[in-house]
Amino acid sequence: MSAGIDLDDVCCDFGNFRAVDHVNVSIRPGEFFSFLGPSGCGKTTILRMISGFTEPSSGAIRIGGKDMKGQRPNQRPTALIFQNLALFPLMPIWQNISFGLEVRGVDKATRRKRAEELLALVDLPGAADKMVSQLSGGQKQRVAIARALAVEPSVMLLDEPLSALDLKLRQHMRAELRAIQKRTGVTFIYITHDQGEALAMSDRVGVMSHGRLQQVANPRDIYNNPVNGFVASFVGENNILPGDIQNVAEGMASFATPIGTFRARLGEGAQGGRAKLYIRPEHMLLSPQPGAENSVPVTVADVAFEGNFIAVQAVTENGTHLTAELRNDGAATVPATGSRMHMTFDAQRSAILPDSGAQPVGGA
Amino acid sequence: MHKKRDFLFHLYMALFLAYLLIPLMIMGGASFNDSKLPTVYPWKGWTWQWFIDLWHDGRIWYAFRNTLLVAVAVAAIAVPIGAAAAILINSLTGRIRSVLYGVMIAPILAPGAVIGISTLLFWNKLNVGSGLHLSVLGQVSYIAAFVMLLVLARLQSFDQSLEEAALDLGASHGQVMRRILLPHLYPALGAGAAIAFFQSIENFNITLFTRGNSDTLTVYVFSKVRSGITPTINALALLLILFTLGLALWYELARRRRARLEAAREAEGRRAEDAELA
Amino acid sequence: MRDLLRRYGAGLTAGFIGLTVFWLLILVILPNLTLFESSFRPYLPVVDIGGPKDVYSLGNYMKVFGAPVDASFFGITFQLPVHIKIFFGTVYYSALVTVITFLLAYPLAYYLAKIVSPKSLPTLFLLLFVPLWVSEILRSFAWFIILAFKGPLNALLLNIGIIDQPIRFIAGYTPVIVGLVYTYVLFMVFPIYNAIQSLDTNQIEAAEDLGSPWWRTHWRVILPHAKPGIASGSVMVFMLSAGSLLVPTLLGSTSAQWFTQTIQQWMLEALDWNTGAAYAFLLLILCTVFVSLVMRVFRVRLSDIAK
Repeated sequence: MSAGIDLDDVCCDFGNFRAVDHVNVSIRPGEFFSFLGPSGCGKTTILRMISGFTEPSSGAIRIGGKDMKGQRPNQRPTALIFQNLALFPLMPIWQNISFGLEVRGVDKATRRKRAEELLALVDLPGAADKMVSQLSGGQKQRVAIARALAVEPSVMLLDEPLSALDLKLRQHMRAELRAIQKRTGVTFIYITHDQGEALAMSDRVGVMSHGRLQQVANPRDIYNNPVNGFVASFVGENNILPGDIQNVAEGMASFATPIGTFRARLGEGAQGGRAKLYIRPEHMLLSPQPGAENSVPVTVADVAFEGNFIAVQAVTENGTHLTAELRNDGAATVPATGSRMHMTFDAQRSAILPDSGAQPVGGA
Repeated sequence: MHKKRDFLFHLYMALFLAYLLIPLMIMGGASFNDSKLPTVYPWKGWTWQWFIDLWHDGRIWYAFRNTLLVAVAVAAIAVPIGAAAAILINSLTGRIRSVLYGVMIAPILAPGAVIGISTLLFWNKLNVGSGLHLSVLGQVSYIAAFVMLLVLARLQSFDQSLEEAALDLGASHGQVMRRILLPHLYPALGAGAAIAFFQSIENFNITLFTRGNSDTLTVYVFSKVRSGITPTINALALLLILFTLGLALWYELARRRRARLEAAREAEGRRAEDAELA
Repeated sequence: MRDLLRRYGAGLTAGFIGLTVFWLLILVILPNLTLFESSFRPYLPVVDIGGPKDVYSLGNYMKVFGAPVDASFFGITFQLPVHIKIFFGTVYYSALVTVITFLLAYPLAYYLAKIVSPKSLPTLFLLLFVPLWVSEILRSFAWFIILAFKGPLNALLLNIGIIDQPIRFIAGYTPVIVGLVYTYVLFMVFPIYNAIQSLDTNQIEAAEDLGSPWWRTHWRVILPHAKPGIASGSVMVFMLSAGSLLVPTLLGSTSAQWFTQTIQQWMLEALDWNTGAAYAFLLLILCTVFVSLVMRVFRVRLSDIAK
C-alpha cells in the first residue's frame, strides 16, 4: 500500500524568494523520513508541494513513480496531518475520521464501522460520538492520525503534529507514531525542527537549511558524521574552532587553530584552506595530565550538574571557551572550579568541515 | 467614595431604561383604552374593540402580506449576496480590498431616500416600472452590506486549514463548501437572514419611493397616522412588538443554551487533558 | 483570488464574483450614476424626452435658490431661499441631535462597560435591545401619541395643575429632535460601549492612583480611547437623522420642514423626478462630506466606523 517518493531537482519560488532550492531525494516505500531544519528552511514548502497545495516552480515530484504535476490535493494518494491538526469542530469524531470516505460516497454504516476500527487502532475506543472540543491534546492527535489513515493513503505527511503537546506527552506520542507507522507500513514524511524527534523516530533524516537539503542520512550518521558545519551545529552541541587545514593524508589532516595544532578527521566537503573544527562536548575528555595528542591546557571556569551528565566550562590560556560533558556514572569526580586541567579529544571523533553549506542562494 | 458615584450611575441607568420603555408601554397600553384617540390618560375603561377592528381591517392584512413577501425576498437575495461578497473580500488584501470594502458599506451610510430614488430612476430607464419588486432590490442594496459584515466577522474565526484538510482527504470544491465552510457560517447566515428580515419589515424610506401603488405595513401605518388615527394602530403595534420580542427572546435563550453546551464540552476536554498529564 | 480558486474551484469562485458584481454594479453603482445623470436633465412631458429641450443643465440645482423667506440665526434676521434654509436647518438640527445623543449615551456606555457587574449585563442588554426590535415608525408613533394636543402628557400636566392650557407640543423643530434622539440614541450607545469596553481597567485605576480627578481621567484616558466608537456613533446618528423622513413627517409641522421632506415633495407630489434626483444628490453630498469630516477629525478609517 505504501509508495516511494522522488523529488527530482525541485525548486519553489515565492516572488523573488527561493523557498526550496534544487532538492533531490528519493524516499523509499514504507520509510519513516524526516525533514529537519529551523523555521523558514523550506521544509513545510516541500510538504505542501508533495500534498499538492503548492506547485513546484521547476523539477518533478513522483509518488510511486507517477508524476504528480497538475494533480490536485484531492487527487493525490497522500494524507496530510496539519500542524494544528485541522479537525472539523462541528462534526463528531466518527464523522471526522470517516470524512474522506464520506466524500467518496461510502455508505453510512460502512463509514461508522471503519471509524470504530480506526479508533481502536489509535487506542481511542468509545470516542466516536464525542465532539472535538471534548478531547485532550493527545486524543485529538490520535483522531487526526485516524482521519488521515481512513483514506488509506500510500504516503502520510505530518507537519510538526506534536509541537502543541506537553513535553511528557510528546515523548509518549513519538513512540506511538513510530508504532503506528510500523503497523500500517505507510510511508511517513515527517516535518520537524526538533532534532530529538527526528533522530528518535526516523529511518532517515534530511537536514535542510535555506531551501537546500544539506544532508540525507540515517540518524546515527547525521549526528556522528555531519557533512558540513550547519548540520553539525544544528544537530547537537559542538566546540567549534576556526583554523587552517594543513598536511592532508588518508582522510586525516593537521589543523592549525589559535589554541594549537590538532590532528583531526577531514570531513567530506573540506579540501584545504579555511575551515572549522567540530568536537562534541561528550567527546571531550578532562584529565589532570595531558593526553598523547590533541590536548590543550585549560582552567575550569564553571561546573554545572545536569543530572545524567556534568557540563564543564573551561577557558584556554588565550581565552577560548571549551565545553566538556562528563557522563554521570555515579562515581565521577567533579573537577573544582579554578583547577588547571587538560582537555583531550580523539582525532576520529572530531571533524574538519567547510565553513558552512548553508549560504542562501536567490533573494533575501 | 465610589458608592455615591455608583448610586448615581444606577439611577441614571434606571431612568434611561424608563425613558426607552415607557413610551412603548404607553403606545401598547393605549390599544386597550376605550377612547377614540390613542392615549392612556385619561383612562376610559378596558376594551378589546381595537383588536377586533384590526382583525376586520382588510387593508392592513393585505399590507402585512406584502411586507412579509418583501421581507422574505430580501432575506433570500441579500444573504447569498452578502455571504459571497464576504468570502470574496476575505480573500483579498491591500488596496483592492479597502476600495471594495468602502463601496460595499457605502449603502449603509447613504440615506434611504437616495437609495430609493436612484433605484427607481435606474429601473425606470430600463422600462421596469415601480412596485414592490423595486423595493426588494433597493432594500437588498444596503441590507446585503449588513449580511456581508456579519459573515466577514464570522470568517475571521474560520481556520482555513480545515478546508485544506478536507481537500486533502479527497473532498471536491462543492463538498468543501457544503460540509466545512457553510456549517461554520450558519450562525452568521441565520443572524444575517433575521436582520435582513426585520430591516426589511421596518424599512420606510426606500419603500416609499419605489413601491408604486402597493402598501407595506410601514407605509400603511404612516399614511394612517397622517390621515387620522384610531387605536387600531396601537393594537397592531403591540402585536408586532410582542411578536418580535418573542422571537428575540427565543433566539437569545437558544444562544445561551448552545453556549452552555459548548462550555461543558470544553470543560470535559480540559479534564481529559489534566488526566493525560497526570 | 488564487486562494479562492484553489479552495472552491472555478465554478464557485465565479459565483461569488457574479453575486458581488450584481450587487455592487446593478444595485449600487449604476443606480447612483443614473441619479447623477438624471439630476442634470430637465423635467419634461413624455413627448419632449429626447427632443431638443432635453439637454443637460444645472437648472434643477438652481431651484434651491428660489423663493426667499426670512430666516434668523442667533437673533440676526436675513433673507434665505426656503430650500437652503431647510437644508441648513436639517444639517444644524441633525448635528444637535448627534450632540444630545452623545451626552446621553456616554455615561451609559461607560456604566455598561466599566461599572455594572458583568452578571447583570446580559439582562440589561436584552432590555436595551427592546426598542431596537421595535420598528422606527412605531417608536416615533409612540412620541406622536405622547405629545399629541389631547395626549397623555398634556392631560397629566393639566390634571396635576402645572399648566392650565394644553400646550401644542408638536410645533417647530423641538418634537422632531425629541423623536430623533429617542429613535437613534442606541446607535450611539453601542459603539461607544464597545470602544470603552476594550480599554484596560488598569489604565483607569492607574490614572486615579496617580491622583487624577474623575473628569481628567475621562478627558485624558477614556475619551481618547473611545474615539473610534464616538466617531462611529456620530456618523450613524447624523446620517440616520439627516436621512430620516418618518420622524420629521410624523412629529414635524409645516413650520419645521426637513430636507428629505422637500425631496419627497418633488418626487411624489410634484412628480418632478429630475429635480428630486438633484436634491437627493445634494443630500448624498452632504452625507459624504460629513463622513469625511468625521474621519478627518477623529482620524479613523471607514472600517472603524462600520462595525
